[in-house]
Amino acid sequence: MNRKKEALLKAVKSIWNSLPILIGMVLLISLAKTCIPTKTITSLFTDNQIIGPVTGSILGSIFAGNPITSYIVGGELLKQGVGLITVTAFLLAWVTVGIVQLPAEAILLGKKFAFTRNAVAFLLSIAGALLTAGLVSVI
Amino acid sequence: MTSEKSRAGWYFLITVVLLYLLVFTFSPETGSNAVLFTGSIFVQLIPMILLIIGLTALMNYYVKPKTLVNHMGKGSGIKGWIIATASGIISTGPIYMWYPLLSELKNHGVRNALIASFLYNRAVKIPLLPLLVFYFGVKYAMVLTIVTVSLSIIAGWLTEKIIEVIK
Repeated sequence: MNRKKEALLKAVKSIWNSLPILIGMVLLISLAKTCIPTKTITSLFTDNQIIGPVTGSILGSIFAGNPITSYIVGGELLKQGVGLITVTAFLLAWVTVGIVQLPAEAILLGKKFAFTRNAVAFLLSIAGALLTAGLVSVI
Repeated sequence: MTSEKSRAGWYFLITVVLLYLLVFTFSPETGSNAVLFTGSIFVQLIPMILLIIGLTALMNYYVKPKTLVNHMGKGSGIKGWIIATASGIISTGPIYMWYPLLSELKNHGVRNALIASFLYNRAVKIPLLPLLVFYFGVKYAMVLTIVTVSLSIIAGWLTEKIIEVIK
């Protein structure tokens, strides 16, 4: 197979593999938006500068998959009125912390490395969210 | 692992579809509204997804992150940090695909800091930037990218220091 075709097929395959989770998440968001009043959704994600990013980071750490899904979920949450700090922590933790992949990471890269790296990434997703939202509001 | 993960995705989607069937049984109007809302999100997303496929294909064609990763060897200094950052950003595919190669590099003496930094930089995805801009705006996308790259160095350094202290 020529390299151009291979590159395109690889790109299509990576999106295709994310599709079930992507479609499932969008369907869930739509259902939540239709069934639950916006006020209730936003109240789940408090704007408190400590609890908000911690909640976002915990959710982002639990979920896994292509970041494309996290951008869409995060963007829709933002539209529903969830705070930028919380959404940013969610986006950062989604990719940098991997609870689901932790066993594989521990086996191949060592338990100490895997647990330390994920713990550091979790804390940095909170710090990063505060920093990003702060800088965006200042600029 | 890949097939397990992709199967998990399909199971997740099937569960959500079953949930919708339940909603349609008890409240067809709510179900229809949710489906319509899903449709409206996807109408906005389709051009974005096509753009992402195009950009990802271009990166797959022109950039070889595996070659770059092999230059993060022992004593690579600042060059090692730059390569860890760049290869983390341009790396594609699921994270667990990279574990075997990173494990091999670790066994060959590549610093924990560089491996942690590489993994952190996977949060920056150039082909997905249009989607990030679409939802959050140019200013936010730029700030988040710069903050993430800066934090990747702290993540690498901190991970290595903590592991040294634990030893």
